Amino acid sequence: MIKGDFIDNLPKIYGMYTGGFLAFVLLMAVLEQLGVGADTIGILFVSFTVVIYAGIGWLSRTMQVDAYYVAGRQVPAVFNGMATAADWMSGASFVAMAGGIYFGGHGYLAFVVGWTGGYVLVASLMAPYLRKFGCYTVPDFIGTRYGGNLARFFAVVVLTVASFTYVTAQINATGTIAARALQIPFEVGVWFGLSGILLCSMLGGMRAVTWTQVAQYIVLIIAYLVPVFWMSNKQGFGLIPQFVYGDAVARIGELEAMYQLGGLEAIEGAKKGLKALSTAHAAAGDPWKFVTLVLCMMAGTASLPHILMRYFTTPSVKAARQSVAWSLLFIFLLYFTAPALATFTKLQVLDPNLATGIIGKSIADVSALDWVQKWANIGFVQIIDGNGDGLLQLNEFFMRGDIVVLATPEIAGLPYVISGLVAAGGMAAAMSTADGLLLAIANALSHDLYYKIIDPKAETKKRLLVARILLLAIGAAGAFVASLKLTSILGAVAWAFDFACSGLFFPIVLGIWWKRANRPGALAGMLFGFTAGSLYLYYVAPAFLGNDPWLGIDHLRFGIIGMPVSLIAMVVVSLMTAEPDAETQAMVDEIRVPSGKTVLDSTH
Amino acid sequence: MTDSSQRVVHWARTKRLMIITLTIWFIFSFAVHWIADSLNAFSFMGFPLGYYMAAQGAEVIFVILIFWFVRAQQKIDQETGFAEE
Repeated sequence: MIKGDFIDNLPKIYGMYTGGFLAFVLLMAVLEQLGVGADTIGILFVSFTVVIYAGIGWLSRTMQVDAYYVAGRQVPAVFNGMATAADWMSGASFVAMAGGIYFGGHGYLAFVVGWTGGYVLVASLMAPYLRKFGCYTVPDFIGTRYGGNLARFFAVVVLTVASFTYVTAQINATGTIAARALQIPFEVGVWFGLSGILLCSMLGGMRAVTWTQVAQYIVLIIAYLVPVFWMSNKQGFGLIPQFVYGDAVARIGELEAMYQLGGLEAIEGAKKGLKALSTAHAAAGDPWKFVTLVLCMMAGTASLPHILMRYFTTPSVKAARQSVAWSLLFIFLLYFTAPALATFTKLQVLDPNLATGIIGKSIADVSALDWVQKWANIGFVQIIDGNGDGLLQLNEFFMRGDIVVLATPEIAGLPYVISGLVAAGGMAAAMSTADGLLLAIANALSHDLYYKIIDPKAETKKRLLVARILLLAIGAAGAFVASLKLTSILGAVAWAFDFACSGLFFPIVLGIWWKRANRPGALAGMLFGFTAGSLYLYYVAPAFLGNDPWLGIDHLRFGIIGMPVSLIAMVVVSLMTAEPDAETQAMVDEIRVPSGKTVLDSTH
Repeated sequence: MTDSSQRVVHWARTKRLMIITLTIWFIFSFAVHWIADSLNAFSFMGFPLGYYMAAQGAEVIFVILIFWFVRAQQKIDQETGFAEE
């Protein structure tokens, strides 16, 4: 059926895959009509997709170093864009972002702006130059550009801390989704999710992760967009919801005034993690808080190794650049839908003119609704009649942000097959990000720490064996930490960006753009930036010392402290010490032009 | 022209492109959000403009900006003879 090379046939293969997935969704819809239970459909959705990913992982197994670390450098720009988008959009983006906008309003959109605009930095400052360098990992660049094992080691440490913070949240998300869809305890769900993740990455490294991530992107974007379009058309909001929610924003403003948002007393006694609406949907908040968060998320995007390393897999520098553009386009499809989803969900809950509206109705009626009952049973929704009048007020309805994505199909009265699809999409989002992160950590430890520092004479077979053992060990450690449920999903995700930009942003950027940057400077930049950021996090985070933030720089924005410290330390120390040798300067000249050979060999 | 003087030209043009790109990026990442409250007085496609820029406008600009940047950089590489095969 398929002739020629796998790479040449990619559009055909993934076209067939997409068709197959849509056929599967239709089959589930038919089964639902035939009376198959909602639980069975959920189980089928999650297990079917996970088995497919594992199958791709198995087919992509390899024993070659460059295939394992950089997918043989033959991933075309568009496909690498899809893989990056899946790598990027985590369980948090998929499940929590719309909920964040629902509760946080305009202020929360700083995440959306930050997580898209960061790609401008990736395209213009980083990706093409790192691709020309020819490194396998980000510490590989730091170690070679600045020379010496210590620089390499510092980069490995920052990478590990940032990525590990992030990966526990992803494993947590896979566990949550698996637990709910497969009806198993959360602790078992975490290990189930991890085995799926490892099946995708252990045998084939970057090659396997690339081709599963493309498959996961297709599932997650279908799963995110279909319910929103369906809901919008069913409820009569408009054909293309992303363009027409301006009126809904205005209507929410009227309803907020009518329900006295912010004027009502807060009611105590809701379960942990549940919130009532208290922030206006479209009012601009504190601009300082907005732009500081945007800056941290953008610089973090441009320094997170699991993203940067995706651009090492393209066939050329030009393709690396193009691939950043495609990545952002694919990410944009989900990110510009999230605010529309949050707005429409809020309107459906608030507007008394819609059949779905619940605010202002009698509490007895609302409590009898199917979706309210179902989510209340597992502690995601709670109603407290604060003033005892039997009517539901805005401040009496509590829910978890995750509900916005997970329960919208039910609120809007869509068939259960859509909920199953959403579960599969959330699983794909969390698994693909976890895969990328685990691989980033394991590759840095196996290539940079083990092969470059500890045992440079190790043969290929041994290197790849070590890489796989590390992958297994880090995955298990991540699952163990996740099962302890230490942080909320969002806190941990923002921290990863702050860690990465505090320690790695300037050493990478200046390594390319400032020839004068030298080893002592880079060491100082990584050490002081990362330490200052971490200490400030410890000082300010409610989970640790919980002191009052300086100038509103709270624990989500600690990169605002780390980055300037890193920049100043790096520039001052570089200027105080000798300039890099001629060889290093020539190397920097070489990475600045696309043509010619890469600095590091294809197998190194 | 020698290879090294071509390199100087290539890098000067690359730097200029980077500065233009990041200036546009700066405006839509920070400046428009700094004045979001004032922008909300205006309406765009039914949205308050400040809200629209955060929810959709800045993101649309970023997508267009990167595709434009990629083409412009490719042109520089080709004209200075540093494009790949």
